[in-house]
Amino acid sequence: MSILVFTENWEGKFKKLSYELVSWAAAVAKMNGSTVTALSIGNVDDAELKSLGGYGADKIINIKNDALLTLDNNAYANAIASTAVDTDAKIVVLSNNNTGKAIAPHLSVRLKAGLGADVSKLPVSLNPFTVYKRAYSGNAFAHLTIKSDIKIVTLARNSFDIVSTSNNAVVENKTVDIDGSQVRTVVNSVEKQSGKLLLTDADIVVSGGRGMKSPDNWAPLVELADLIGGATACSRPVSDEGWRPHSEHTGQTGKIIAPNLYIAVGISGATQHIAGISASKYIVAINSDKDAPIFETAQYGIVGDAAKVLPKLVEAVREVKR
Amino acid sequence: MSPCFLPVQNKQVKETINKQVEPSIINSMKILVCISVVPDTTTKIKLTEGNASIDIAGIQWVINPWDELSLTRALELKDDASNGINSVTVIHVGTTVSEPVIRKALAIGADDAIRVDAEPVDAYFTAAQIAEVVKKENFDIILCGIESSDFNGSTVGGMIAEFLEIPSVSAVSDIRFVEGKPALVREIDGGRENITVSVPFAAIVQKGIAKEPKIAAMRGIMMARTKPIKLYQPSAVEPLTEVVMYEKPAPKAACKFVDADAPRQLITLLQNEAKII
Repeated sequence: MSILVFTENWEGKFKKLSYELVSWAAAVAKMNGSTVTALSIGNVDDAELKSLGGYGADKIINIKNDALLTLDNNAYANAIASTAVDTDAKIVVLSNNNTGKAIAPHLSVRLKAGLGADVSKLPVSLNPFTVYKRAYSGNAFAHLTIKSDIKIVTLARNSFDIVSTSNNAVVENKTVDIDGSQVRTVVNSVEKQSGKLLLTDADIVVSGGRGMKSPDNWAPLVELADLIGGATACSRPVSDEGWRPHSEHTGQTGKIIAPNLYIAVGISGATQHIAGISASKYIVAINSDKDAPIFETAQYGIVGDAAKVLPKLVEAVREVKR
Repeated sequence: MSPCFLPVQNKQVKETINKQVEPSIINSMKILVCISVVPDTTTKIKLTEGNASIDIAGIQWVINPWDELSLTRALELKDDASNGINSVTVIHVGTTVSEPVIRKALAIGADDAIRVDAEPVDAYFTAAQIAEVVKKENFDIILCGIESSDFNGSTVGGMIAEFLEIPSVSAVSDIRFVEGKPALVREIDGGRENITVSVPFAAIVQKGIAKEPKIAAMRGIMMARTKPIKLYQPSAVEPLTEVVMYEKPAPKAACKFVDADAPRQLITLLQNEAKII
């Protein structure tokens, strides 16, 4: 019996979420006495593959196939389902990111395996297998029992601490036969940023709202983000106004993020915005209105005008860094 | 509400012949928009005694925000005659409680609606119900929102596709037709991909698919009263998951305020107390 983890890479390097997934699986394996198999699809070198052992993987299965260079939900589901069957996996874990969300439902039907999506923490119980998941956009959490023989879980980002261990994992290369009829989506072109910190992967996010007053006032916010190694984000009105790109919009209908630290500058904290950031470990709010709802969610707050507070904050960080 | 608002066919619709739709019949495509009915997004969620379920007293039910956007995009596609979209149908798995919300989707502009008369107990059950209907009614494009604001699953769309053995594309932020072929944009980490896909397909849509949800006009509301809502009885499908209880998020300690003139203090707290920078 094993737990199968789908570990995703970004340009050949495992994403941080892959280490979270393996750590989660290793903790569950300890509870139920099973082993952890990680499945990697793509061009990842041997040393990088082996690094998964450092988080608790016992075995790494590596699939390299030109037909799988871009995501086709059906083809990926085939590859993962066949690996699940080969390894007698009773639990299959994916990230609750765009890729995991795309593949997991296909896997669920194919393996007739109940799906717990957006799960955080360890299972509430193993028998019955009950997981803890976000519901009502973070306004509640559900205990969801998965009744099927095989269980599929998508783990919320940044919801489980990475644990290092010293497993000497074996890497096994697996070939899959993919005929053309399996791949029914064709990626014609890709526009991809490179070298920039991914908002959804960032540990620290500095985000601006309408209280920033003008797109011309963003320089100190960006500087603050750079100084503390964070990514920049914004609220919906800001991206709607075109002050910042849509890719930065965090909130219920934008990106849902869970960094360690979220600094909300000039963001009042509408429910829809909170739904996108409530899983952050720490929230700092800077707002001129002391009654702004963002302070109900934040651990730390500064009441003050963004234009005045930000430069002082930047100066303070510089001093500390010196 | 008056019964004349709800001309529901209270009998199971007869099975139509399961004809295979050729992708080449591009001029008569049918779009199906899956609608989830959720509490208004500003609702304060309360639990019932014993935390077994959500207290639905006083909840305003609305179309799931992402589903509303996908309906809007479906109608925009139909409005452009060159796309060859024949009809836009909405489908919902739920009880009579949802009828006013389905009626709203019709008022926004859907041509007709289908309701599978069952509690949507889990994603697998719900997707199986919709797939069964699609097998009978042959839709070419199935649109689902990327998640519902109640169960936050992002699961039904991909499951429908798998039940029907058709492709799905997730995180879709644009759908259009280029030379009669569907051209989709998929959001990926740090970028986007331009994708073509064979018909029929399911698209799981997200932000960007439409600018603003279309609002029902008075004329639409009047017309919606007479538009048909077909009723299907559910197929026998065993759900695979069950919510056994709910919890409210742990109450949070009060916000610690730092003087606006001494932001250094904030840095100290983040370093020494939170230990995150």
